[in-house]
Amino acid sequence: MPVRLKKTEMPRQAPEIRRKNFKEVALGYSVEDAVKEAQRCLQCKNPQCVKGCPVGVKIPEFIKLIAEKDFYGAARKIKETNSLPAICGRVCPQEEQCEKYCILAKKGEPVAIGRLERFAADWEREKGIEKPEKPQKLGKKVAVIGSGPAGLTAAGDLAKLGYDVTVFEAFHEAGGVLVYGIPEFRLPKAIVKQEVEYIKSLGVDLKTNHVIGKVLTIDELFEMGYEAVFIGSGAGLPKFMGIPGENLNGVYSANEFLTRTNLMKAYNFPETDTPIKVGRKVAVVGGGNVAMDSARCAIRLGAEEVYIVYRRSEEEMPARLEEVENAKEEGIIFKLLTNPVKILGNDEGWVKGIECIKMELGEPDESGRRRPVPIKGSEYVIDVDTVIIAIGTSPNPLIPRTTPGLNTQKWGGIVADEETGKTSKEGVYAGGDIVTGAATVILAMGAGKKAAAAIHEYLQKK
Amino acid sequence: MFKILKRKDLADTIKLFEIEAPLVAKKAKPGQFVILRIKEGGERIPLTIADYDGEKGSVTVIFQEVGKTTKDLGKLNEGDFISDFIGPLGTPVEFPHHKRVLAIGGGVGVAPLYPKVKMLHNQGAEVISIIGAKTADMLILEEEMKAVSDQLFICTDDGTKGHHGFVTDVLKDILSKDTEFDEVIAIGPPIMMKIVANITRPYKIPTMVSLNPIMIDGTGMCGGCRVTVGGETKFACVDGPAFDGHLVDFDELMRRQTMYKSEEQKSLALAEERGEHKCRLD
Ligand SMILES: Cc1cc2nc3c(=O)[nH]c(=O)nc-3n(C[C@H](O)[C@H](O)[C@H](O)COP(=O)(O)OP(=O)(O)OC[C@H]3O[C@@H](n4cnc5c(N)ncnc54)[C@H](O)[C@@H]3O)c2cc1C
Ligand SMILES: Cc1cc2nc3c(=O)[nH]c(=O)nc-3n(C[C@H](O)[C@H](O)[C@H](O)COP(=O)(O)OP(=O)(O)OC[C@H]3O[C@@H](n4cnc5c(N)ncnc54)[C@H](O)[C@@H]3O)c2cc1C
Ligand code: FES
Repeated sequence: MPVRLKKTEMPRQAPEIRRKNFKEVALGYSVEDAVKEAQRCLQCKNPQCVKGCPVGVKIPEFIKLIAEKDFYGAARKIKETNSLPAICGRVCPQEEQCEKYCILAKKGEPVAIGRLERFAADWEREKGIEKPEKPQKLGKKVAVIGSGPAGLTAAGDLAKLGYDVTVFEAFHEAGGVLVYGIPEFRLPKAIVKQEVEYIKSLGVDLKTNHVIGKVLTIDELFEMGYEAVFIGSGAGLPKFMGIPGENLNGVYSANEFLTRTNLMKAYNFPETDTPIKVGRKVAVVGGGNVAMDSARCAIRLGAEEVYIVYRRSEEEMPARLEEVENAKEEGIIFKLLTNPVKILGNDEGWVKGIECIKMELGEPDESGRRRPVPIKGSEYVIDVDTVIIAIGTSPNPLIPRTTPGLNTQKWGGIVADEETGKTSKEGVYAGGDIVTGAATVILAMGAGKKAAAAIHEYLQKK
Repeated sequence: MFKILKRKDLADTIKLFEIEAPLVAKKAKPGQFVILRIKEGGERIPLTIADYDGEKGSVTVIFQEVGKTTKDLGKLNEGDFISDFIGPLGTPVEFPHHKRVLAIGGGVGVAPLYPKVKMLHNQGAEVISIIGAKTADMLILEEEMKAVSDQLFICTDDGTKGHHGFVTDVLKDILSKDTEFDEVIAIGPPIMMKIVANITRPYKIPTMVSLNPIMIDGTGMCGGCRVTVGGETKFACVDGPAFDGHLVDFDELMRRQTMYKSEEQKSLALAEERGEHKCRLD
């Protein structure tokens, strides 16, 4: 039988329906779909896909188990190297990682590795995750700061090794960007909750409402008997553009807009107490996942017209392809090669429009992407009543500022060894967005994993 | 979960809660605040740390019932729990070398003023305080303020106690005779702080105000609390909430505070419709 060139389709909510609800867009494979897709895998002797995976998931092996209908086995195989498969199967940029290297991609579409990963993980979740064995305790305490993918992974691995792990999280809920940033329709919060529960079932003590640097410092954690500290505090500080009008009523950072919507569940207002103002017309500035998520939330919150305003062209957009497609299907209007210069307000100080200038692509810049340059005299105004700025985030200085001996980069990231997460301060490790700047879930997980191994080595020697 | 150890009604709509939060109590300093959430689905709201007791492990907050969340809070009693209590947040204020200070508190703003005055008093500084309220029944912390001030002036808008008029009238009066102050501290409604700053500006007396923009996280991650100070954007939750009153754009602050006015009314109306809050008229 010749190999099918196309991926098995995954059912999704129709655009005209999903743009009115916050339920998950992609509905996942059925057993038949999954087996059919798994059979497309050529089971290469020297699989290239694995090289594209930052945590080295045993891809052909787990796909083979799906083809053999051993779904539990498949889930377990993935979990040997990836402790959050239900999440990664949904949000990893597979098109730039594993699937990019799939041999099938040379002629047609790659094996849908992400969808299969999601299938195996969901199957296991629905049938009930096996209770982990409680490991032998080593009698040593380790503190983990932040409960995003980096922190959760480090905590899980350390607990499995027998450490008494405490996770300190600033928010009232664990999960980091997975709960406050990525919307419900892309990553249902019940899944994140279940992963957090799993980590807790390993014996990890989760302390929410603890802002490290304020309520406790890292030095105080050591005084309290923690023998090592992992910092996974993310890159949570919003950037603004520094253009006139950014403090008008109706201008949000993407962080605020998404936190209100996702973490505080403003889409249920007034059933829940936190309000949000979406307005009739919305401009989202930026071209990454964060911009797509903001735009798609805005549509679902009832905006009539939502624009993505991005200064480069579609080719340079950092957002995942799938999410750009989803956004387009949902009616988001793309204003590409367009850069905001000013936000305009009415007499009462509310946004009434955004003045933009058209751009053209010039010579490549440091990032290798062609630099956008403004076209003189091409300014024009888009009428909007809400503006969401999604042009990136940087690390929060709270921890570095209160931790003597911890070195940081000029841009605020913590300096840490790439292989071990070791920082300039004895016993302190770091990983995830706080080290790399805003990156991906899987890279943060990978960093958490490496740091957990390094902490184990350090504490064994100590 | 955080336990309410003590409840005291200071006025009809102003309540004091002492809440069990040992770690926060140990770290708290004057000028800092907490963010709390009563229960799942609730809003996160900031309240100033009005007092703290590191040994007892408790933090005192004083709040005025102005909308849905503060009214929900006002229905809780001693022994009840609130689900989240985060702090201490914000940059503490310090006045290591101040010898003479004029402190002004309006309405529930006296609550955040008190710990600063207490600190100054304990450091041996001379403090002259002016506190005011709409009416005598709404005046709070009078005894406490008296205990830590060298002189205390009282004002009410309706003349039911003390000077009949605004705190700013008394301020003008004092400054016309005596301007030897290291600092004026003013905490209250933004309009009051704005007027105080305008009065002290010609005298060039450093004037500290404490801002209360809408907040969510209180750690610098949302930017919702941004204020303009000296032409620069600052995040009040980490850079403040105390700022140089002569540099603050109060009009912007007041405008941004109204961002959710219609939603706030909707939220309250729904709660009243469901009988969660008694309407004041029945
Ligand atoms: C809207 C959005 C969409 C995204 N979409 C994708 C996607 O589709 N695919 C993908 O791979 N990546 C995506 N990303 C990026 C990805 O989510 C991040 O790279 C990843 O979450 C980083 O993980 P982390 O553990 O380093 O930090 P975070 O997830 O940011 O977690 C850090 C945690 O630390 C806590 N914290 C911070 N400071 C303190 C402190 N002082 N004390 C205690 N706790 C503290 C924070 O509250 C937070 O919970 C997206 C990001 C955003 C914002
Ligand atoms: C640093 C700081 C310290 C504060 N300290 C005190 C205090 O000690 N005592 C006290 O009574 N009040 C204090 N406030 C104000 C208090 O937070 C608000 O009164 C409260 O959030 C109102 O919520 P609500 O649901 O009851 O009313 P709503 O009807 O929701 O709002 C009434 C008004 O309160 C403000 N407000 C609403 N939501 C928020 C929010 N999430 N964050 C900040 N302001 C909001 C708005 O300006 C709004 O117009 C402080 C505010 C800040 C920023
Ligand atoms: S409250 Fe979010 S940054 Fe200040």
